[in-house]
Amino acid sequence: MLYEVLRDRIRATEPTVFATVIDGPGVGGRLLLWPGGEPLGTLGNAELDRIVARDSLGELEAGHTLVRHYGPNGETTPEDLANTPTLSVFIESFAPPPQMWIFGAVDFTAALSKVGKILGYRVTVCDAREVFATKRRFPAADEVKVTWPGPMFTESGGSLGPRDAVCILTHDAKFDVPAVQGALATKVGYIGVMGSRKTHAKRLERLADVGVTAPEDLARLMSPIGLDLGARTPEETAVAICAEIIALRTGRRPPSLRNSSGPIHS
Amino acid sequence: MKDILDDIDRWRAAGKRVAVARVVNIEGSGPRDPGAAMAVSEDGEVAGSVSGGCVEGAVVGEALGILNGDGTPRLVRFGYSDDEAFAVGLTCGGIIHLFIEPMVW
Repeated sequence: MLYEVLRDRIRATEPTVFATVIDGPGVGGRLLLWPGGEPLGTLGNAELDRIVARDSLGELEAGHTLVRHYGPNGETTPEDLANTPTLSVFIESFAPPPQMWIFGAVDFTAALSKVGKILGYRVTVCDAREVFATKRRFPAADEVKVTWPGPMFTESGGSLGPRDAVCILTHDAKFDVPAVQGALATKVGYIGVMGSRKTHAKRLERLADVGVTAPEDLARLMSPIGLDLGARTPEETAVAICAEIIALRTGRRPPSLRNSSGPIHS
Repeated sequence: MKDILDDIDRWRAAGKRVAVARVVNIEGSGPRDPGAAMAVSEDGEVAGSVSGGCVEGAVVGEALGILNGDGTPRLVRFGYSDDEAFAVGLTCGGIIHLFIEPMVW
């Protein structure tokens, strides 16, 4: 029964978290839960279930899978755990795939949507031009939306979080500016904007015109987009962008184009 | 877990007992992250993986041991520092913790 529910939710990519006691008293106890649902199963007692459920939902939100330690009644502080048998609980998150939104239906977009898919993203391509924004041009994308950035962010911007990425590849101020504004209003973890250093400088002026000047906002923009790999083709550029997304998430500091000077292509 | 669901369904539909092994923790470098899972049927059929091929053979043995024994779940550790390192250790030098249990749920 527990397996069938878990299986169906995994297949439907519905956010779910599964807690199992793997060590200590009550090994094999299980709790299956999801946001807004009634938990299934038990780890042994109601208080432990309540504490682990609270922690598990937090881990699910962050997309983490890990082991946490508790006392028999859910105690977590070192003092409370000093003289009591502890149990280890494996908390396994089944989170929906992270999202990558790509603005601009250009050649780079086709390559980036492919690499994004390889890395496990749910890829959405967005462009206001109906002729270019077609599923046929971007077969790898999960969704192709013919719309402007404004409505797109108003509609679904709230679903973006630290695991997600927004890549703005349009090179067109009337599309770039609202896309950057929209992205900055979300909790998205990565915002990359394509263009030469000259384009970037002009874009900053346009952003200032609409009131985007806060240093903490501008610091979120990875622009020019990508790591300094000397990438030329759309495919190589896609790798440079995705590598930068990974590095930002892991906190490593390989050379980003943003942090160097001189021409991007030499 | 997703990649082993079809096999688990097939085995269970055929009335076979199944054990599942999940990576619960990694120390140092490990080839698969926590959550990587492998299922073993009572006939010794295998789905999924928990490492880069280093410990799967030993996991099948543990899983069958559980299915043919008293069914108690086991927390198993494989690592380079083990005496058996040359037999079933990880070539990358990491330590992998697996929880292996019969699927009675």
